[in-house]
Amino acid sequence: MNVVVCVKQIPDPAVPGELNADNTLKREGKLILDESDSYGVEMALQLVEAAGGGEVTLISMAPNNEVSGLRTALAMGAAKAVLVSDDALHGADALTTAKVLAKCVERVGGVDLLLAATESTDGYTGTVPAQVGALLGWPALTFAKHVELGDGKVAIQRQTEAGYDDVEAPLPAVVSVTAGVVEPRYPSFKGIMAAKSKPVDEVTAGDLGLSGDDIAAHQNIVSVAAAPAREAGEKFEDDGTGFEKVVAFLDELKVI
Amino acid sequence: MKIWVFAESEGDNATTATLELLTKAREIGSVECVYVGANVDAIAPQLGEHGAAKVFALDAGDGLPGVIGGAAIAGLVEAEQPDLILFAQSGDGRDAMAVASAKLDRTVLTNGVGLAADGDTVTVNAAIFGGNTLVDTVFDGPKPYLAGIRPKSFVAEPGGAGAGEVVRVDSVDAGRAGEAKVLERHVEEREGPKLEEASVVVSGGRGIGAEENYKPLVEDLANMLGGASGASRAIVDAGWVPYSKQVGQTGKTVKPKVYLALGISGATQHMVGMKGSDNIIAVNKDPEAPIFSVADLGIVGDVHKVVPALIEALKNRG
Ligand SMILES: Cc1cc2nc3c(=O)[nH]c(=O)nc-3n(C[C@H](O)[C@H](O)[C@H](O)COP(=O)(O)OP(=O)(O)OC[C@H]3O[C@@H](n4cnc5c(N)ncnc54)[C@H](O)[C@@H]3O)c2cc1C
Ligand SMILES: Cc1cc2nc3c(=O)[nH]c(=O)nc-3n(C[C@H](O)[C@H](O)[C@H](O)COP(=O)(O)OP(=O)(O)OC[C@H]3O[C@@H](n4cnc5c(N)ncnc54)[C@H](O)[C@@H]3O)c2cc1C
Repeated sequence: MNVVVCVKQIPDPAVPGELNADNTLKREGKLILDESDSYGVEMALQLVEAAGGGEVTLISMAPNNEVSGLRTALAMGAAKAVLVSDDALHGADALTTAKVLAKCVERVGGVDLLLAATESTDGYTGTVPAQVGALLGWPALTFAKHVELGDGKVAIQRQTEAGYDDVEAPLPAVVSVTAGVVEPRYPSFKGIMAAKSKPVDEVTAGDLGLSGDDIAAHQNIVSVAAAPAREAGEKFEDDGTGFEKVVAFLDELKVI
Repeated sequence: MKIWVFAESEGDNATTATLELLTKAREIGSVECVYVGANVDAIAPQLGEHGAAKVFALDAGDGLPGVIGGAAIAGLVEAEQPDLILFAQSGDGRDAMAVASAKLDRTVLTNGVGLAADGDTVTVNAAIFGGNTLVDTVFDGPKPYLAGIRPKSFVAEPGGAGAGEVVRVDSVDAGRAGEAKVLERHVEEREGPKLEEASVVVSGGRGIGAEENYKPLVEDLANMLGGASGASRAIVDAGWVPYSKQVGQTGKTVKPKVYLALGISGATQHMVGMKGSDNIIAVNKDPEAPIFSVADLGIVGDVHKVVPALIEALKNRG
């Protein structure tokens, strides 16, 4: 069982996001493993372990040959990684990202299952996994809150607005997992040391056979503005009668 | 401008998000739908009432409606030449926009909360950084343009009656993606109104302390007010309540008459889903909690004291 996991390396989400002069996201500083992807990495490790053979390979597209986030995921136990880094990919949209990741899957070869998060923390278009599926011509099962393999098939519980659906597809397939699908492990000291020497295959868009129109963005940000702030109203310290203020307000609004 | 809306249903009804998109689309141009699902005879008239002249319909059977819908759209585009295709930012809507985008080789602008067209220029307004910043993005490059719009961005209103003429689509080439099958659907039981449609929403966060407090503090209060109960992601991830209750960036957007936030800090990703409410009441023991910056009425106090007293007072009013 060979599982590939998409791993996005993102600016620290605790620091408020900023845009460059060209309205692309600032990604200069150190990048970290998107926490959303730690679930995919853990899921992959568990599936390969349960299958009793195979390996977990990471794929990532990030600027400046950034590997910090990849090292974190390698320390959790993944065997190796492919990293795509290329100035030509600066400001890439989700579809371009999907094209790059699909090529990475082909480069790894012999892949049974591709895992990703349902959406990234910084861009959250939530479209990359199904785009990669369509580009590879594989079934894409999104929003998985439970994943099982068996019989050449993948079976998931797909989270829906109303509850969940049992969905199944033959391998190879793409699955996007929600936060909480499994509890990600913390890298051990041994894992962290081992990660330093695990292979990272560093490639450019050209190495993957992508150039020009394949990776051109077709969107233009024309204005950026702060969202209108909502005014704060009255605030009271509860002295045991706070509930009366709520009752009075609900009364005024005629909801009671 | 010819606009397509990817239509979705729930039982015998078109989803509210679909009707919101139709209402907006008919302001901008002529409207048609692509609908993947059962009951087209019940759904098409509703789509027509909201402006759809035509409904391209196919039943995906036990296939995934989004994936098959995306493939169907990609297959129809050449013959039908839509200029703009709109999708709700829902689970199936996201699948559909992603598949259509990959198959048509078009970028998709996602998480839109506003939409405008001026001649051939289409602008999508989206909230980024958890809703703090609004950006306007225009498409360039060849049509059709694809856009994903968050539910509750527009108000659904019938009018501009279209014929809702049904055009059946017999087959769609979804390739191996069509091999994914839905084996069974599990629907969680719900009491009272739907979260997105309730006029009162009471949401609980980590500050309620424990899973067993959700019912007596949050659910009971919501029921007394004829409303729906919601939650922050913190308690969804903790497994206290199902995902269907989550309000925020990765959950539902709600705009009720009154939103009560109990023990919720007010992270930007939560507030983007509720700050469009008409009135907001917050109860939090931390006077500095960001939720107070959007609350019309803030009570700095312990939910375990304020809420039971509130419920008692409401009971006494009968
Ligand atoms: C605020 C903001 C808004 C944006 N809006 C749009 C938009 O409307 N349309 C558009 O096309 N682009 C948009 N982008 C650009 C887009 O976010 C990036 O192109 C990004 O590289 C891919 O999209 P995502 O992170 O949104 O993917 P998502 O679909 O949200 O990501 C899902 C999963 O795919 C995998 N994945 C995604 N990117 C990578 C990667 N680089 N390496 C490895 N795995 C990855 C991860 O597992 C991730 O969790 C936006 C970016 C920002 C910062
Ligand atoms: C990509 C991304 C997407 C996200 N999407 C969402 C989303 O859709 N929805 C969402 O909600 N979050 C989302 N989050 C998470 C969000 O950032 C916050 O972590 C989350 O909203 C916090 O939930 P909370 O307010 O319940 O918990 P906390 O932030 O822990 O706040 C608990 C609050 O309870 C108060 N409190 C404690 N005890 C009491 C008491 N006895 N009485 C009164 N008050 C008390 C505390 O003062 C505190 O303010 C997302 C995060 C990321 C990174």
